[in-house]
Parts: sequence; C-alpha cells; structure tokens
Amino acid sequence: MIAIIDYKAGNLTSVKRALDFLGQDSVVTSDYSEVIKAERIIFPGVGAAGKAMFDLKRHGMDQTIREAFGNKKPILGICLGTQIIMEMSRESDTRCLGLIKGEVQRFPDHLSDNNGKRLKVPHMGWNSVRLRRRHPIFDGVPPDSEFYFVHSYYPVPSLSEIILGETYYGDWFVSVLLSKNLVAVQFHPEKSGRPGLKILSNFCKWGGEDVE
Amino acid sequence: MLSKRIIPCLDVRDGRLTKGIKFKGNVDIGDPVQMAFNYYEEGADEIVFYDITASSECRDIMIDTVRRVAEKIFIPFCVGGGIRSVEDMRQVLLAGAEKVSVNSAAVRDPQIISRGTESFGSQCIVLGMDVKKVQTTDHIPSGYEIVIDGGRSYTGIDALAWARRGESLGAGEICLNSIDADGTKDGYELELNRLISSNVKIPVIASGGAGSPEHLFEVLSGDRADAALIASMTHYGTYSIKEIKKYLHNKGIKVRMNW
Repeated sequence: MIAIIDYKAGNLTSVKRALDFLGQDSVVTSDYSEVIKAERIIFPGVGAAGKAMFDLKRHGMDQTIREAFGNKKPILGICLGTQIIMEMSRESDTRCLGLIKGEVQRFPDHLSDNNGKRLKVPHMGWNSVRLRRRHPIFDGVPPDSEFYFVHSYYPVPSLSEIILGETYYGDWFVSVLLSKNLVAVQFHPEKSGRPGLKILSNFCKWGGEDVE
Repeated sequence: MLSKRIIPCLDVRDGRLTKGIKFKGNVDIGDPVQMAFNYYEEGADEIVFYDITASSECRDIMIDTVRRVAEKIFIPFCVGGGIRSVEDMRQVLLAGAEKVSVNSAAVRDPQIISRGTESFGSQCIVLGMDVKKVQTTDHIPSGYEIVIDGGRSYTGIDALAWARRGESLGAGEICLNSIDADGTKDGYELELNRLISSNVKIPVIASGGAGSPEHLFEVLSGDRADAALIASMTHYGTYSIKEIKKYLHNKGIKVRMNW
C-alpha cells in the first residue's frame, strides 16, 4: 500500500489515478497510522509553501513524514513536496521540514536564454532532466524524455552529492534530489506521459536503498 | 530547455466533439474521450476541452467526460466553457483536470480569477480571451477588443489591458483566441500574439487560425507564444501531431520529440 499524503494542497487525485492505472494500491490520507504502516509514501502538492506547511502541521503530517523518513521508508516528493522537504523556502520565508539541508529559491525576474530571449516565470511546460548518475528510479526512462513542470521556485541543496538531476531554464537548477530513502522530483511524473508513469512504477519497486 | 507546447483543442457539445468555422455551422466528429486518448498517444503536450455552448446557454460542463479522460491520459488537460464559480472549478479539478479556463465569466466578474488562484493556485487558472480586431480608439488603444459569449457580445474592453489585469489577478496562463482568425486556416493572428505575449510574464497559448505546420512555426518563433492550439488541422487527419512536431523540430523550434 502506498500512502499519498493529504494536506489539502493541490491535485492529489491525479497521483492516485496514475497509481490506479499502474495497478498499485494507494490511499490518499492524513492519518498517522495509515502513513506509518504504508509500504511507501508519496508526498505531492501544488500551491504555496506557507499554506502547505500550515496545513501539514495542522494534520500532524510534518512529524509523521520526519518519522517515516527516519524509518527508511521509500518516499517520493513531487513538486511542492520536493520544496517542503528542504530547510526553508524563500516563498514567504517559510520554515520547512528540513529533511534535506538547503533552501528553496525563486527564479530571478529577468531570466533569459542563451540568445538573450526573455524567459517567463513560472517555468511551465515540458523540459528534460540531465542525470548526474544512474538510479533505479530512472531505469528504462530514455535520456531525452521530457517531464511536465510548473513552478516558480526550486530547491538549492547545500550538499551537491544529493543532486541526482538538473534541468536547464536560463540556468541549471536542481530538478531531482536523492537522500537515502527519499527521492524528490520538481516535475509532475503523474502528468508526464509514459516516462512519468515509468518513474512512478519504478518508485513502486524501489526498496529505498541508494544503489547504482 | 523548455519545449513549445502543441495543444489540440477539442470543442465539445452534448458530450460530442465539434469544430466550427467562426463559431457557426459546427459538424459532429466524434467521441472526446477517444480523441483525447489518440492525441495523448500521438504526442500532444496538453489538451484543452472547450464546452462551446455552456457559456451562453448555461449548460453544466461534462464532469463525467472529464473523469473518463483523466483515467486514460497522463498529461495536463484544461477544461473551459461555462466555468462561473469557484465551485465549478473545484468540480472540474477534482474530476481530474489540471487547469480550468475562464472567459466570459471573468469579464463579468474579474475576481473569479483571484478567488480561483487563492483556492487552487495560479497554475490551475487559465484566462481565456476571445479577441476581435477593431478600430483603435481611446477605450481600445491596442485595436483589439475582448468579445464574450462565443464571439457574440462586444465588451468595450481593450485586450492588452485585460491581459495585464488578468495577470495581476493571478491567472497562470493566457489562452489567446483570435475570433477573426478562428476557423480560417490562414494562420494565427501574429501581431495580436506578439502584442500580448511580449507584455505579460505568464505563458501565452496562441489560438485560432492554424491550418498548416508553417503557421505553428510562425507563431512559436520570436516572442509570440509559448504554446499553440490546434484543432481542425489534426481533427480531420490532414496532419498528425508527430508530423507537425517533426517539422518544427527541423526548423529549430524546441518541441518534445520523445513520448
């Protein structure tokens, strides 16, 4: 059973639907015991960091996620979930979960590409991920695959070892993080067609160990 | 680098697909769920469903269609037409749409944009704009006026001012439809798209007039649009998404080629 953390932020049903399509049992929940006994956890979310942290705390999910992380349970962060696991976010200067050292920053206002063309924020649409090394989560995913992103903020981890993948938008930013049993992606695998579904199905098989 | 998006637009009436010329003389061409799935398999980057009659005839949007689509396709899709309240938005989003688009309702009550943004986030709220070229006046300095109710009513609102207002109210994206170009297959209204796209920070989807891959190249090059809506050119099998993408890719436009 996979627990999809429910904190009333964003389109949780789309993650659930993708798992249904893959034939994986899942439950959308903010119940402590349900999360703790789940085999693995998905931590999704869209919206604002401040509101999300408030809602997480209100449901006691902040402590629950920390506990599950400590218990070596495989966890997948998606989009805002990937930002909330950092120590703090520049979005309303929000103190976050702190599972990973570092902060969350906003794309600069005057972002441009190599030809000097202005880039819009949010970064919305399909973009690719350059992996620093192999990981079971990306097994069978073609290297030129693109994923659906929609965000104005991105994680900036203190330790570069935990950067698994990066994406180019005016500059390189970290789009995939890996720390022990936690993998976190800035894009939406549940909205990224076949490569996204492959990542979700890989996560459903991943034991939480960091192997080549 | 971010890809330009190719977005088929499925006009739906009574749960069936239609595509009309200038909103008149629609012909029935099939099941929206099946068509959406075909487009998903064929490499569409996103899909827009537009309930073309809902806005003027107060028809409820087809939540059931949305739900069936969401079970089968795993790319973002947007639903517009007849969205008049935050509750309407909630129903569509819960049924599995990634985005909702507001058009006439936002002109009547602009705060629906900010209420939607507060409830679901900017990324969910698309401002749909139907635009007609008019004489430049003090009230319409850009020479483009917002029309509503499927092109039937002039509003006296300047398109550029409205785009900026929509952005400041929190819309995450603009779907810019030229009523003059819609259904002509003569190409997008390039000047309109350049004007709006270069004056807002949020992404702009060009809509209306696509008849050939060259038209997509024209609007996606330069600073004219971040995405292009297409309909009849692929609905009837004249072109496939794959062909269009290959053409754009060869012309140096970054598009998603592996799906």
